[in-house]
Amino acid sequence: MSASAHQLRAAKFAHRKRVNQVATGLALSAMAFGLFWLFWILWETVRLGIGGMAIATFTQMTPPPNDEGGLANAIYGSFVMVALATGLGTPIGVMAGIYLAEFDTKSWLASLTRFVNDILLSAPSIVIGLFVYAVVVSRFKSFSGYAGVLALSLLVIPVVIRTTENMLQLVPPGLREAAYALGAPKWKVILSITLKAARTGVITGVLLAVARIAGETAPLLFTALSNQFWTSNLGEPMASLPVTIFKFAMSPYENWQKLAWAGVFIITAAVLGLNILARVLTRTKI
Amino acid sequence: MSSTLVHGDLPSSQSAKQPSRAMSQPPPVKKARSGPLADVIFGLLAKGAALITLGMLIAILGSLTISAWPAIDKYGLGFLTSTTWDPVKEEFGGLVMIYGTLATSFIALLIAVPVSFGIALFLTELSPAWLKRPLGTAIELLAAVPSIVYGMWGLLVFGPVLATYVQQPLQAAFAGVPYLGAFVSGPPVGIGILSAGIILAIMIIPFIAAVMRDVFEVTPPLLKESAYGLGATTWEVVSKVVLPYTKSGVIGGIMLGLGRAIGETMAVTFVIGNFNQLDSLSLFQAANSITSALANEFAEAGEGLHQASLMYLGLVLFFITFVILSLSKLLLAQLRKNEGAKT
Repeated sequence: MSASAHQLRAAKFAHRKRVNQVATGLALSAMAFGLFWLFWILWETVRLGIGGMAIATFTQMTPPPNDEGGLANAIYGSFVMVALATGLGTPIGVMAGIYLAEFDTKSWLASLTRFVNDILLSAPSIVIGLFVYAVVVSRFKSFSGYAGVLALSLLVIPVVIRTTENMLQLVPPGLREAAYALGAPKWKVILSITLKAARTGVITGVLLAVARIAGETAPLLFTALSNQFWTSNLGEPMASLPVTIFKFAMSPYENWQKLAWAGVFIITAAVLGLNILARVLTRTKI
Repeated sequence: MSSTLVHGDLPSSQSAKQPSRAMSQPPPVKKARSGPLADVIFGLLAKGAALITLGMLIAILGSLTISAWPAIDKYGLGFLTSTTWDPVKEEFGGLVMIYGTLATSFIALLIAVPVSFGIALFLTELSPAWLKRPLGTAIELLAAVPSIVYGMWGLLVFGPVLATYVQQPLQAAFAGVPYLGAFVSGPPVGIGILSAGIILAIMIIPFIAAVMRDVFEVTPPLLKESAYGLGATTWEVVSKVVLPYTKSGVIGGIMLGLGRAIGETMAVTFVIGNFNQLDSLSLFQAANSITSALANEFAEAGEGLHQASLMYLGLVLFFITFVILSLSKLLLAQLRKNEGAKT
């Protein structure tokens, strides 16, 4: 009787152990599965991207099919639009983040703003493109670099708001109280004490926002459109690296595809570099 | 001693006029008066920035509705159930795209949820401490890769591999089988609903895994240690303690991933094939999704009904993601509320 009970318990224990082994084995393979894609994508990007890299890639304009050329105008367009969008979106994002963290942490307006911001953070970026098209492009009857800048800056704002608020909340209240006790007005406390203390975190947020918009294609498709030639006039359609990659990758021409891979390599390197930089910044702070 | 110090700090003109003031009253406040005004301006600026964010949502909804109005007015809700999309005859219905969006996102979730769960389980319970950080970073970097990279890789590298090593064997195996055969019919060229679903899965795995890992770590160590102390295995701790405790957070994370999948544009546009017909259930068939229809057609669409219909599709997309994201926010907030109650 007791022997069979013992056997039963041993069998059950063996079963539980087996289930556990299967589960942990599956978890291990899930991890390997996730890493597998990352390495495969990076490997192909590097392998095919290096082939398209040359001095000409950075100095010449996007070519017609089956001709020599580079990506200079697309790289320049991306750079200008990303820089302007960051410059436009960052102050608004930081101010709104300050409002949420320092002025009004619990009111309905703050909760609503937080909620809306989270929605905007994950909203489909192509919808932002549609919005800017409806408001700017169709009104002025022309695709333009300005419209592209506006679309990208609308993507910057939610990211910066989120990180600014989170980083300001990490600043110890004692620091604020000490500043108030010395008689500093609120704006001064925020600008020269709390924001300064949270500086690295806020910069990290801006870097992540730059990394995000640098690779965005969808909001530029019908705002900045594209341009085969060099232009520094933001009133005209403007080339950008992601839209050029899209156009070239879908084409059957070999030289276009090669340039598209070079562009993918440049973008991936830039975006991952920014992400790693952002991580290093926050790590050294903590 | 201290009073002479204060006295010495004051401007000499003022101390000459009212020599006794420094003793009995606090220092003059005149200089600080710029404070309140600057404070008010600064506060209004901050509030204004927050209101801009709110305004953005309203403006997006408003402008999309106005631009889509010709199509909404003409088709009403019938737009959502009609499969005709004919720019030449100016007949528009969105079912093909809506189906494409939902089918690809469903396949993506089917793959991504178990994998993300495994990754989160590995990172929280199994991984040695020194590996946690690098592995977590690697998964998060997968989330940072721009979607156009996934798209191009999917079209030129992954598609052909999928066609040769997955689609053709599957077709050979299920050719005569009823029902299942229908799912794998169609040209095995590595483009279509299945490829788009797989690429989307790869894209949303990091999002879901990161949220799951974070909510798993919310579980109080005391609960887990009690279970381990009673002799529970790792799997039993995760499935019977961690998962029930973090249920709403896990679902919230899955919804967040679903929201991403539905709104994703470039990765899908490359591999879905952009084919506006719905005549088979095949997973290998080229199809279209809301986002890829917008990406491909919008810039060329003439003003009028075609553009309005595309705007209508955009509005539907925004509405779907809005509902899903709101639900995920609510569920994640639920977890945070329980956090205090249960410990």
